[in-house]
Amino acid sequence: MTQSNRLDGGQIDRNTSLSFRFDGRSYTAHPGDTLASALLANDVRLIGRSFKYHRPRGLLTVGSEEPNGIVELRTGARKEPNTRATTIEMFDGLEAHSQNRWPSLKFDALAVNDLFSNFLSAGFYYKTFMWPAAFWEKLYEPMIRRAAGLGSLSMEADPDEYDKGFRHCDLLIIGAGPAGLMAALTAGRAGADVILADEDFTLGGRLNSETMALDDQNASDWAAQAVAELSSLPNVRLMPRTTVIGAFDHGIYGAVERTGDHLATLPEGKPRQILWRIYTQKALLCAGATERPIAFENNDRPGIMMASALRTYANRFAVTASQRVAIFTNNDDGHRTAADLHAKGVKIAAVVDVREDAPTNYDYEVLQGAQVVNTKGRHGLSFVEVAMPDGSTRTLDCGALGVSGGWNPNVHLTCHQRGRPVWDEALAAFVPGADLPVGLSVAGAANGVMSTHGALHSGAEGAVKALDLTSTPPDLPEAEDAPVTQKPFWYVQGCKRAWVDQQNDVTVKDVKLSYQEGFRSVEHLKRYTTLGMATDQGKTSNITGLAIMAEVAGKSIPEVGTTIFRPPYTPVPIATFAGRMKGQEFHPTRLTPSHYWAKERGAVFVEVGNWLRAQWFPLPGETHWRQSVDREVRQTRASVGVCDCTTLGKIDVQGTDAAEFLNRVYANAFAKLAVGKTRYGLMLREDGMVMDDGTAARMAEDHFVVTTTTANAVSVYRHMEFVRQCLFPDMDVQLISTTEAWAQYAVAGPNSRKLLQKIVDPEFDLSNEAFPFMACGNVTVCGGLRARLFRISFSGELAYEIAVPSRYGDALMRRLMTEGEEFDVIPYGTEALGVMRVEKGHAAGNELNGTTTALNLGLGKMVSKKKDSIGSVLSEREALVEPDVLRLVGIKPLQPEEKITAGGHLMNTDGPVDAAHDQGYVTSAVYSPILNSNIGLGLVKNGAERLGEKMRLVSPLTDLTVDVELVSAHFVDPEGERLRA
Amino acid sequence: MHDLVAITALGGPEPRVDTIGGVTCTEVPHIALASVAARMGKESKSTKTLAKLIDAPTPEIGRWTGATVSAFWAGSDQWMVEAPFDTHEDLAAQVEAAMGDAASVTEQTDGWVRFDLNGDNIPAVLELLCQLDLRKVSEGSAARCSIHHIGCFVLCRTAENYSIYGPRSSAGSLHHAIVTAMRSAL
Repeated sequence: MTQSNRLDGGQIDRNTSLSFRFDGRSYTAHPGDTLASALLANDVRLIGRSFKYHRPRGLLTVGSEEPNGIVELRTGARKEPNTRATTIEMFDGLEAHSQNRWPSLKFDALAVNDLFSNFLSAGFYYKTFMWPAAFWEKLYEPMIRRAAGLGSLSMEADPDEYDKGFRHCDLLIIGAGPAGLMAALTAGRAGADVILADEDFTLGGRLNSETMALDDQNASDWAAQAVAELSSLPNVRLMPRTTVIGAFDHGIYGAVERTGDHLATLPEGKPRQILWRIYTQKALLCAGATERPIAFENNDRPGIMMASALRTYANRFAVTASQRVAIFTNNDDGHRTAADLHAKGVKIAAVVDVREDAPTNYDYEVLQGAQVVNTKGRHGLSFVEVAMPDGSTRTLDCGALGVSGGWNPNVHLTCHQRGRPVWDEALAAFVPGADLPVGLSVAGAANGVMSTHGALHSGAEGAVKALDLTSTPPDLPEAEDAPVTQKPFWYVQGCKRAWVDQQNDVTVKDVKLSYQEGFRSVEHLKRYTTLGMATDQGKTSNITGLAIMAEVAGKSIPEVGTTIFRPPYTPVPIATFAGRMKGQEFHPTRLTPSHYWAKERGAVFVEVGNWLRAQWFPLPGETHWRQSVDREVRQTRASVGVCDCTTLGKIDVQGTDAAEFLNRVYANAFAKLAVGKTRYGLMLREDGMVMDDGTAARMAEDHFVVTTTTANAVSVYRHMEFVRQCLFPDMDVQLISTTEAWAQYAVAGPNSRKLLQKIVDPEFDLSNEAFPFMACGNVTVCGGLRARLFRISFSGELAYEIAVPSRYGDALMRRLMTEGEEFDVIPYGTEALGVMRVEKGHAAGNELNGTTTALNLGLGKMVSKKKDSIGSVLSEREALVEPDVLRLVGIKPLQPEEKITAGGHLMNTDGPVDAAHDQGYVTSAVYSPILNSNIGLGLVKNGAERLGEKMRLVSPLTDLTVDVELVSAHFVDPEGERLRA
Repeated sequence: MHDLVAITALGGPEPRVDTIGGVTCTEVPHIALASVAARMGKESKSTKTLAKLIDAPTPEIGRWTGATVSAFWAGSDQWMVEAPFDTHEDLAAQVEAAMGDAASVTEQTDGWVRFDLNGDNIPAVLELLCQLDLRKVSEGSAARCSIHHIGCFVLCRTAENYSIYGPRSSAGSLHHAIVTAMRSAL
């Protein structure tokens, strides 16, 4: 295809040709093009179908504010729907497809919607698909979704890499137009650390779109020279292709850098986009302004575009949308487009200016006081109908119409912390208000300063003020400084189908209907009509919508107000927010010291927080997890088993006040615990509920090792630091976590002592007399390696926990397995651990659920009355100590094979099954291979006094009823003889 | 002498080494660590004793000092002492003996994994990993930060040599984050 709409000049590299495909057809383009400019160059005006009515649509703008020209970019897993053609930088081999059409863009079956537009007005879905309710999910919603104008997902995982990063600067300048460049030159030359970010791939903003001069240079040349100087400054970091998407707390800005979107293929390991968090001392918003349209009948035909966009396409991209162009304007800027296009050889059909005193021109006709009242053309603009001030009608033959309704400052980021813009009467536009995010100031057109000189000046001044610079700012280049006033002209009266929000197919009439039907708040208008939603977030439509609402309400625009602007400024792929954190790397994983060994043994792992723990170790022939777990339990109780319990939190507590500190943190007494002894401890929250349980081993007078549950390791440490630093700052206590430092294994079972005697060096006496239940101490193993030994038991068996430095954990586990062969030692996982602790009646996470007191858990006596400790007073609140409070019990089914279900509720054998008659609930349930029965733990009202009572275990939702008996929670070895053996 | 064979935090018999774009990331297992926290009222004594132990001024906030035996600041009146593992496997005992009753000492050797980055342009890697203001990081800096949601220490030995300490159990995730950032940045 020839690029029939190419003009002379522009910032494109004509020496290189790129080929691309749109809807399967091949075209050519040049480096420097966007997909939008390349399509226009190839005379493709029809790009998509509208959201609701499936009307033919083309480009409206040239930037990220584009509502219409959205396509599916790339193919396969890399397909990205709803991508704005105006922001897609051209690369060789680019492939894009139009979306929201079937079977083809030119013939779209759902264009029939347009014929029924009277029925499909605002609120149509809400009014129509109300009945029957059951139809909504199965029929209406899928149907509407299929018809709605969203691109389609590939349904494949995104294969590209994304990244996140952090940058810091003295001054972040957002936008590299005249204000931004001048600010960067000012701050950069003064030596400040500057980041200059712009969403475009060529820095310069509107300077690249204009033919004006700065000093004696062309505007774009001046911009290029400024960029070259800034690139040479080591303290300035230029970030093109970077959109600052949000202004967050404490001067932190979010920015998306599109590092790979412009490449045909990403280099190995390189990210497609990076989400930067930019920490700033100060920030200067130089985001410019967005031209606003005028609404008129059929103002959405392909070829009808913003006048400034036509100018940019012509001056920067050397492209015209048509060889014959008309302009519809209410201000002088529209005339600038006409002049530039005319100079490029494009025929100007006429400039239609609503102002009766509009400036005239010798080169082309200006229709003063005239208005565009209708347009024609099936897949693109062919004719424009103009109402003349004398009442007559003129028809203009043109393929493109440039529309200019004035400019709206891009205030979005100033509102990200709920600041509200203020109305500027002279500009008839919102400008930034006074309550800006801390550290942010605004310069240039974003601040309502519309002339080039004004932008340059305010940029320089903005940098000086933001950084309190004392150096002389650079001289400003001479530039146009025409005063800009804008008289509002929002829409042509009498129009029927005039589009305000082209992305959402919202018309002038829809806005008025919203008012009529009572949706008068701006927020309601937005939700009722969908005005300002979707990928463009109403950048070209919001103000017009507000103006129409103001008119019908008889209010001023500022009285009507604005909706709030929220981040992100432009759409961001979810993958960019995820960055590197995807798949298995979604969160960090913690591996136990025996992990690699367990993997070799074929262990099945389970996530416990970030930890991966061995759940069970299947042997050949075992086809069901229960077989493995039952075997592990039986073998441990019969001989000896080893379990990696490194994940339990370990906190080193030292200091002369360490014992007294623990006395206050734990509900039970610790002050008199002897050196070389371990004690089970219960930690309460301030409100008296149980926070965590664990053990504290006294290694020396001033040194304890506290263990916590795996789940609460971090929160207990944090709690203890809080207690140390805030509650008892006068105590001499030092805390540090040693969870990772020690590989700790539980060695449990009647042969555990015999096994450990082969590991622990012979000078350490492990006999029951020398190292009794709850003893602890430093030992050496395997010929001199330092180790810690604790005689504690979670399983209820004779058991120890042995700890060595983590690097030796793998070797120690292997050694335990080798040395234990004569005892048929087995490793056991968390499932067997859980079964054995339920058999023994130990409360664990299921019981320490944040709603239970020590009394509930049968541990009421542990809360010492002889001392004060955190939570002890509030644990005695009246409601917590009533006679019928929940108490921990064991639960056995009358038929052993019947399953106990955790979460099931307990009801009396007779009477109704409802909340009012609820007696308690099951917290833990397992199958006990020792008792050959399902068993459980539960909390039952006054349970301690009801042992032996028959009850019903129910789950009405799953239609479950099991007859059970309340028994002691200590199913195995209730007297504790085994663990003291 | 015991006969248990150590593995590295990444699970191998030997430290892992990755070189990408002129930067090398090396797993460094041959380091012993001990934490030192001053006892109440003995902060000044701790500072002086630690200086003697490392034969250098005790590091100020956000700094590390020393040579063969060195220390970095880890918190208010808290430091981490580093020494070669082969000669100082019992570092905690040595430090405890030196500090006497002035400080609480805890063995931290295997609580951490260390990765050293060597080469040019390391800040380009670090800015993808952590929120540190690298403009303020120079030779002698030691800073606490979060990398990939993992609490770490970053030490700048020289402009071309950095050490990253992270919790040992998360070594794999931390290593993945570092190497991915190296591929991304270099």
